[in-house]
Amino acid sequence: MTLQTSQRRLIATVGVLVFAAANVSGAQESRIGVLTGHAAAGKKEYRRFCIGCHGPDGDGLGENAQWIDPKPRDFTAAVFKCRSTPTGTLPTDEDLSRSIDRGFVTSNMPSWLPLTGQTRADLVAYIKTFSPRSREGHGTPIVVPAETPRTVESILRGRALFQKMECWKCHGPAGHGDGPSASTLTDSKDNPIRPYNFAAGSRFKCGDTNEDLYRVFMTGLDGTPMPSFADNVKPAEAWDLVHFLRTLQPLKTTEAAAWKAWLPTHANTLKPIGPEAEQH
Amino acid sequence: MHRRNLSILALAVLVSAAAGTPLHRSAKVAVAPGSIEGTISYTGTPPKMRPIDMAKEPTCAKQHATPVMTESVDARPGNTLADVVVYVSAGDQGPAATQTVVYDQKGCQYVPHITALEVNQPMEIFNHDQTSHNIHPMSKTNPEWNKSQPPGTPPLHVTYAKPEFIPVKCNVHLWMHGYFVVLNISHSSVSNDNGKFSLKGLPPGKYTLTAWQEKFGTQTQEVTVGSGATAKADFTFKAVQY
Repeated sequence: MTLQTSQRRLIATVGVLVFAAANVSGAQESRIGVLTGHAAAGKKEYRRFCIGCHGPDGDGLGENAQWIDPKPRDFTAAVFKCRSTPTGTLPTDEDLSRSIDRGFVTSNMPSWLPLTGQTRADLVAYIKTFSPRSREGHGTPIVVPAETPRTVESILRGRALFQKMECWKCHGPAGHGDGPSASTLTDSKDNPIRPYNFAAGSRFKCGDTNEDLYRVFMTGLDGTPMPSFADNVKPAEAWDLVHFLRTLQPLKTTEAAAWKAWLPTHANTLKPIGPEAEQH
Repeated sequence: MHRRNLSILALAVLVSAAAGTPLHRSAKVAVAPGSIEGTISYTGTPPKMRPIDMAKEPTCAKQHATPVMTESVDARPGNTLADVVVYVSAGDQGPAATQTVVYDQKGCQYVPHITALEVNQPMEIFNHDQTSHNIHPMSKTNPEWNKSQPPGTPPLHVTYAKPEFIPVKCNVHLWMHGYFVVLNISHSSVSNDNGKFSLKGLPPGKYTLTAWQEKFGTQTQEVTVGSGATAKADFTFKAVQY
């Protein structure tokens, strides 16, 4: 019986290894839309544009890294914040490409849109070679359903969730990034990390749109304290949260306008967010 | 870079790895299984554990009459140590473990502090607190994930594919700290409140046992188990300040 188990395991291992070997060439390439990126070409571009911060070995220990906060991404760990895929899975080639295109606001990573699409595709292919995990393949992108109407009712439901899901513990009752746990947060490399301050109004790291924000809840930002809520937040609820969070930003959005019009006459009906509200 | 060549290479690697591995599944043998028992103790002065201030989380603070202490070194009466993982590092691998391991979040603590499981063994993670936890196992070899688990939600079902000692933390409650010890064998035991461990169902033969304490490191010793016999294996760690 146990011998059979061991045989089965052996067969499975052989299968996995053969499969992995067959996919080595796949791991050296990337596909971004109609473009195919090649790691060999990407290596040249990487050594020109990326090596200073991300380092020759892709471990985020380039010579500039010591002066930089947040630290450059360590590609050998293959843990990425901005993904369309569930927490604990690898991002798609498009996800990596979008990160290169967009850059990371409030970090030293600029937007690399001035490079050609082919160069960026080649860079994605090369970046993937730093981790053996890229052979696992990426996760299945989460489905983002159609956005629900941006109404006051949705904002109020989102506000209740902000309380219930305890977003305020890190992001603060008013979204200022000053919740009770905020000062204790560290990333997966034990570097201090700050929760997003909505009042600063800066762009989100993983994209500007409501859809990008939706994705952040459902995928989590891997390698940071921001978890995935996919198991416990329904799609409609996630949209409610998105709509509420927009009201915390000093931006001219549909949600902020609706909230501003409603709030002055209803402020006294709102329970405060935070630990006080828990005791009622 | 021909794919065929790579496949042959992969097979060659596999064969050499299989020949070199000290672990093997037991074949059918007509002898009674034995066991290994022992006590984990320490010499010297163990580092002082500190009280945890849970004031920021009243729903948890009120569950504890006296402050909860940190658990990195769980020294017990008689100079014994709890929460030490003892496992077979060379010898019979044991049948694949199938029973579900339960890991709980209760009173803003991980219960148990350390759990040992086999690769691909199912684990269920519960939250029995009135607060959201952020369960964040900081794995490096296995994929790292981070999930929010609000009160009253169903347990998370988790498996790990590769052996790894994974520190677990909750980002919301900094003091919460535990370990998933993922092993490629099912013969493992975590020392209890009296510092005792026992490994049962071991086919007779030679074993290398490893004991691991999260601050004191590892120790190994060779043990021979006779048919239907109980072998003794005690471990003594030298307490170090950290």
